[in-house]
Amino acid sequence: MNARLLALLLLCLPGFATAQGFAGLGTDAQGFAVPDPAHRLSFPADHGAHPEFRIEWWYLTATLTGEDGRDYGIQWTLFRSALAPYEAEGWASPQLWMAHAALTTPDRHFVAERRARGGIGQAGVSAEPFLAYLDDWEMRATAPGIVALSLSARGQDFSYALTLEAQGPLVLQGDQGYSVKSRDGHASHYYSQPAYDVTGTLTLPDGPVRVTGQGWLDREWSSQPLSGTQSGWDWFSLSFEGGEKMMGFRLRDTAGDFTAATWISPDGSAEALPEGALSVEPLTTSQVAGRGVPTRWRLDLPAKGLSVDVTALNPQAWMTTSFPYWEGPVTITGSHAGKGYLEMTGY
Amino acid sequence: MIAAALGALLSHWRRQPGQFATLVLGLALATALWSAVQAINAEARASYARAAAQLGGDAGLVLKARSGAIPLATYVALRRAGWQVSPVLEGRTRIGQTSLRILGVDGLTYPVMPASETTDATDPAAILLPPGRLFVTPATAEALANAPDLPPRITTPDLPEGVALTDIGTAERLLARTGEITRLLVLPDQPAGLPPLSQLAPDLELSETGQGDVARLTDSFHLNLTAFGLLSFAVGLFIVHGTAGLAFEQRRAMFRTLRALGLPARTLTLLVLGELLALALLSGLLGLVLGYFVAAVLLPDVAATLRGLYGAPVEGGLTLRPAWVASGLGMAVGGALLAGVQGVVKVARMPILAAPGLLAWSGAARRGRWRMALAGPALMLGGVLALWQVGGLLGGFMLLGGLMLGAALLLPPLLAGLLALGGRCATGVTGQWLLADLRAQLPGLTLALMALLLALATNVGVGTMVSSFRLTFTGWLDQRLTSELYIYAESDRQGAALEDWLRPRTEAVLPIRYAEAELAGAPGRIYGIVDHATYRDNWPIIAAAPGGWDRVADSTGVLVNEQLARREGLWPGTTLTLGPGWQAEVVGVYSDYGNPNAQAIVAMPALLAHVPNVPNRQFGIRIAPEKAPTLAAELRAAFDLPETSVVDNAAVKAASLAIFEKTFVVTAALNVLTLGVAGFAILTSLLTLWTMRLPHVAPVWAMGMTRKALARIEILRSLALAGLTALLALPLGLVLAKVLLDVINVTAFGWQLPMYLFPLDWLRLLALALLAGALAAALPATRLRRLPPADLLKVFAHER
Amino acid sequence: MLLDIDKVSRIYPGAERPVLNHVSLRLDACETLALTGESGSGKSTLLHLAGALDHFDAGEIRLDGQAYSPLDDAGRAALRRGPVALVFQQFNLVPSLTVAQNLAFHARLGGRHDPAWTAHLAERLGLGALPDRYPETLSGGQQQRVAIGRAMALRPRLLLADEPTGNLDEATGDAVLDLMLELVAETGAALLLVTHSERIAARLSRRVHLTKGDIR
Repeated sequence: MNARLLALLLLCLPGFATAQGFAGLGTDAQGFAVPDPAHRLSFPADHGAHPEFRIEWWYLTATLTGEDGRDYGIQWTLFRSALAPYEAEGWASPQLWMAHAALTTPDRHFVAERRARGGIGQAGVSAEPFLAYLDDWEMRATAPGIVALSLSARGQDFSYALTLEAQGPLVLQGDQGYSVKSRDGHASHYYSQPAYDVTGTLTLPDGPVRVTGQGWLDREWSSQPLSGTQSGWDWFSLSFEGGEKMMGFRLRDTAGDFTAATWISPDGSAEALPEGALSVEPLTTSQVAGRGVPTRWRLDLPAKGLSVDVTALNPQAWMTTSFPYWEGPVTITGSHAGKGYLEMTGY
Repeated sequence: MIAAALGALLSHWRRQPGQFATLVLGLALATALWSAVQAINAEARASYARAAAQLGGDAGLVLKARSGAIPLATYVALRRAGWQVSPVLEGRTRIGQTSLRILGVDGLTYPVMPASETTDATDPAAILLPPGRLFVTPATAEALANAPDLPPRITTPDLPEGVALTDIGTAERLLARTGEITRLLVLPDQPAGLPPLSQLAPDLELSETGQGDVARLTDSFHLNLTAFGLLSFAVGLFIVHGTAGLAFEQRRAMFRTLRALGLPARTLTLLVLGELLALALLSGLLGLVLGYFVAAVLLPDVAATLRGLYGAPVEGGLTLRPAWVASGLGMAVGGALLAGVQGVVKVARMPILAAPGLLAWSGAARRGRWRMALAGPALMLGGVLALWQVGGLLGGFMLLGGLMLGAALLLPPLLAGLLALGGRCATGVTGQWLLADLRAQLPGLTLALMALLLALATNVGVGTMVSSFRLTFTGWLDQRLTSELYIYAESDRQGAALEDWLRPRTEAVLPIRYAEAELAGAPGRIYGIVDHATYRDNWPIIAAAPGGWDRVADSTGVLVNEQLARREGLWPGTTLTLGPGWQAEVVGVYSDYGNPNAQAIVAMPALLAHVPNVPNRQFGIRIAPEKAPTLAAELRAAFDLPETSVVDNAAVKAASLAIFEKTFVVTAALNVLTLGVAGFAILTSLLTLWTMRLPHVAPVWAMGMTRKALARIEILRSLALAGLTALLALPLGLVLAKVLLDVINVTAFGWQLPMYLFPLDWLRLLALALLAGALAAALPATRLRRLPPADLLKVFAHER
Repeated sequence: MLLDIDKVSRIYPGAERPVLNHVSLRLDACETLALTGESGSGKSTLLHLAGALDHFDAGEIRLDGQAYSPLDDAGRAALRRGPVALVFQQFNLVPSLTVAQNLAFHARLGGRHDPAWTAHLAERLGLGALPDRYPETLSGGQQQRVAIGRAMALRPRLLLADEPTGNLDEATGDAVLDLMLELVAETGAALLLVTHSERIAARLSRRVHLTKGDIR
C-alpha cells in the first residue's frame, strides 16, 4: 500500500500545524528508524507493531454481497503514530492509536472513529498470536500467523462481525516489501494479504444482513513516506473475476505524478511494475462534502492488457473522521471485470 | 389601464409620504417585535442552559467509584467492552503559598480542549510526553511564574482561575497518583448493544453532573417565554390590522373614482391585494432588520450581532437563522393579509356610489358594538370550553387566546358604556363635549385601543408571572438550600471522616442520605433527615397535620412532595407505603419545584432501619455565613477535595439571581417596546382621524374655545382613553397571569406556582400607559395649537 | 353704533390682489344688514373678520368700541362666546351631542346659559319634541334651526350668518329666515347676513353690495 493517512493521529490533536505537503508527511524523520532496502521481512514478528518507526497501519477492506443480493463494502483500519521512537508503560507512552471503521451500501455510508493512548492496554498489536485492537474493535487471529482472522467493529448506528480465511500467500510489495513512494527515494515497508474469503454479518439500522465476499489486508510502516511536493494520492486495490489482482496508486505531485502498480497472478505470485507503467485518469467528478471528488476512473496497464473503468458503488463514501478522506468499494468494467476498493486523499 | 390604475393607487403614497411611512413603520414594528421576542426567547434558552451548566458543572453523566479512586484497569476494561468514556484525574498541589487545582485529562478522548493563546506551543509531543504542559489562564500563569518544578505553562482564556488543565500522564506525576482516575466522563455517543455497567464495573456508580432541578425549573420558564412571544404576536397582529384597515378607509374615495372611471372591480381588488403584499414584504424585511437590532441591543452580548451577520454560528450567540427570517416575513405577510382581507373584501363589494363615509358613528358603530359585545364573551366561553374539552397544553393556549381576543372585542362596548356613564354624570359643558366627542371617535380608535389593551394585559400578566416565578424560586432556594455549605464526599469512609472533622468546627452537620425507592408505583426517593431546627424552620410546607415534624421525628409520619401528593391524592391523614412492611402516615406536603419525581422524607433512623447500606456522602453544614468560605477552603485543603465537592450556597444563590436579573431586564425592555408599539398605533389612528376631526373642532373654535384649550382637550382625551384601557387591562392581565401560572404551568409540569401581586408595578404601568397616550396625542395637539385660523375657516367656507 | 368696520383690508398670502380693499361698514343695534356679492367678492371673509375668526391686514374693527387688533387668541375667543354668535351654511352642529346639548352648548361655553330661555327657544324653533335626537337624524331645516337656537341661546349682541339658507329649499329657507329675524328683533341683536339671494336681501333692513373687495 502507499503513503496512506499517515499523519492522521498527529492532526487529531488541536493546533498541530501542517507545514508542507499533504498531512505534513514531508518532514524529516528525527530519531526514528528509516526504511532499509536491505531489510528482509520476517513473520510472524513483522505482523506486530514497529514502535521505532513513526507511522504504521493495519488496513483491511472487503467487498461484500449480502444474502439480499445487495453490494456492500467495509473498512477496518488501525493506525499507529509515534511521538517518539520507543514504547513506555502507562500514560507516558509516546505511541498514539486511532481506528476507523466504515460500512458502505449503495446509498448509505456509516463511519466511526476511535482514539487511544498506547501503554495502558486500550489499544495495541501483538504479533503471535496476532491481535490488533482498539477499544472493542478487534482483528484477531484464529490460527497461527494471519491466515484466519475474526474482525469486528461497531459505531453508533452500525456494526459488523466477520471471519476471514486467506486463499493465497502474502504479497511483498515493491522490492521484497520495500516500496518506493517518490523519485527522491521516499519509501516504506509494505506487504499485503490480498486474498481473503470473507463471511459474516453486518448490522445496519434496518437489521442484520449475512454477507460473503473478498477481503484485502495491507500492512505498511515508515517514517517519512511522502515527498514535500506531493499533495495527495489515489489508491486502488482491485480483484478481477479471472483471479488476478492489482494494487496501483498515483501520488499527485507538483513535479509530475508518480504511479506504481503490483500485478498479482491467480496463484499469488506478484510482479512489481515499473514507475509510470500504470496510467490513471479521472472521468467523472461528484460533489462530495462540498468538494469535487473523482468517482469514476479509467485505468490502463498496457503491459497486462488492462483497460478498465472503475466506478464507485456509492459516490458519497466520505470518511467524516477527524481527518476526512474518501474510501469506498468500486466495481470494475472493461477488459477485466471485478470489484475493489478506492481511497482518495487530498481533495 | 392597469398601469394607470396602479399609478393612481400609488400616487396616494407619493402625495402622502408620511402616511406611507406610518403604514410601513407600523408593520415593520410589529414584525420587529415578533422577531425580537423570538430571538430573545431562543437566546434565553441558551443562556439558561449555560447557567444550568454553571450551577451543576457540565451537563452529562459521570462515573465515580463508590470508594476511592478508579483503577486505570477499570477504565481500560470499560473501553475494551465498547463504552466510550474519558478519564479525569483531579487533585490539588501546593505551589509555595498557593494551591493549584490540577485537572488531568486524556487529550485524545476528552470532549473539549481549550484553545491556546500561543499557537506554536501546542505540539502534541510536548503536551503528551514528559515534562508535559499546563494550560492555565494568564492570571494563574502569573501566579505560577516562580514555580521551578512545574511543567511549562500555556495560557488560555477558557479555564477558571487557579486551575491547571494538563495531560493525565502529567497530572499523575504532579499529584503522585499513578494509575488513578477520579472520574470517568460518559461521552454522548455510545454504540448500541453495550454490556451493562453494573456487570462490567460494579464498583462504579453513575451520576448526573447537571443540576436537574434547575434545568427543569428553567424549562417551565421557557414555556412561559413562549407564551409571551405568542401574546406579542397578537399585539402585533392588531396593530397591523389597524394600520392596513385605515389605509383602505382613506382611499375609499379614490377607489370609487377608479371604479367610476371604468376599472373593473376584480382588477382593482387584485391591484389592492398586490399592493398589500408588496408593502408587507417591504415592511417585513425592514422589521427583521429592526428586530435583529432590538434583540441584539437587548442582549448583553452585542458582539453576537456581528458573529451572526458574518455567518459564524457561535453557541449562545445571536444567529440569523433561516427559520427566524421565514417566521418574521410570514408574520408580516400573514398579518397584513389577515388584516387587509376585510379591506380587500370591502373594495370588491363596494358600490360605485354610496353615502359619504364620514363617521356615521351612531348607527353603524352602535350595531358593531353590539356584535362585539356578543362575540367577546362567546370567544371567552370558547376558550374555557377548549380547556375543558381539548384540555392539556393546547387547551390552555386556546383558553389564553380566547380570553385575550374576547377581551379585546369587549373593549369597545365597555369603553362606550363607561363614556356614556361619564357623559351622564359630567356637568361642565367642556367635559360633556369631551366625553361625547370621545364616544364619537371610538370607532376610529378601536383597533389601536385593542392593541393597547393587549399590550398592557400582556405586560401585567407576564410581569406578574415572572415576578411570582422569581419570588417563588428564590424562596424555594432559601428554603431548600438552607445550609451554608454542601459537601459531597467521594466515599462513605471519607464521609465519616468529614463528619468527624466538621462536627467541632460547625454549628451543625446535617447528613443528606437517601435511597431510591418505588413510591405509589413510580420511581422516587426516600430521604432520611435528623431532627433539626433547620428543617422545622425553613422547609416549604404547603399542607401539614398538627405536630407533623414530631410525627416525622418519632418515625410514625412521613412528608411527601407536592407532585406525589397531587398525583396520588396523598394529603395529610392518608397513609403511604414506603416499602415492604413499611407504612407511615402522611403528616405534611412540601413544595418541590422542578422535580418531576415522587419524594418522601422520613426520620433518619427509620430510613436506616428499613434500607440497608444507604450511602452517607452528602452533608449540609450550618455555620455563620461569613465563616463559610474559610471553612470551605480549609476543608478542600484538608481532604484534598475537588472544587465541585464543596458548594458554597451563597454562590449558588447569587448565580441563580444573576440569571433572573438578566431576564428581568429583557422582559422589562420588551414590555416597554410593546407599549411603545401600541402607543404608535394610537398616534397613527389619531393622525388618520385628523382630517375628519376638523369639522368637529372648527365650530367649537368658532364658538369661542381657544386653540390652546382644544389642544389641551386633545391630550386629555387621549389620556382618558389610555387610562380607561389600562384600568380594563389590569383584571385581564391578572387573569392572564393566573392562566399562565395555574393552567399552563400545571398542565406542562405538574406543579403550581403561587401568584403574587405587585400593585406598585400596576401604578408604574398605568403611568406608562398614560405616557403612551400623551405622547401619541402630542403631535396632533401641537398641530391643532398651531393651526392657522384660515384652515379652520375652510370648514365653513363655501366659496371655494 | 355696535359694529364699526373701518378701512379694513385683507390680503391672502400669495394672492394677486386683496380680497378686501379698505372696506368700511357700520352696523347699529337692532339693525339687520344683508351683505351681497358675487362668489369671491370677499363677503364671507368680511363676515369672518367681523366674527374675529380671521386677522385683517389693515384698518380696524370695533365692537361696542372694543378694537379687535390688540386682542390675542384668547381675547378673540372670548368675543366669540360673548357678544358675537355665528350661524353657518352647513349648520356645523356638534354631531356627538344631542339637540338639547347642542342648543345649550354655546351659551354654556360662554358661561351665560339660561335654561328657561333655551327651552323657550326650543319651543319657538319647533324643536321641543326632539331634545334627545342627534343632528344627523334631523332634516336640514331642523338642523339649521338648532344652529340658530344655539347662537341665540347666547343672547348675542351681533349675530353673524353665512348663507344660513343656502343648503335649504326655498320654503324651508323662508321659514328659517322668518324665525331668525323674529328672534333677532325680539332680543334686540344686530344681524349681519351674507347671501347671494336678492329675495332674501330684500327682507333685511339694509343691504350692502360687495364687488371685488370693495363696497360700491
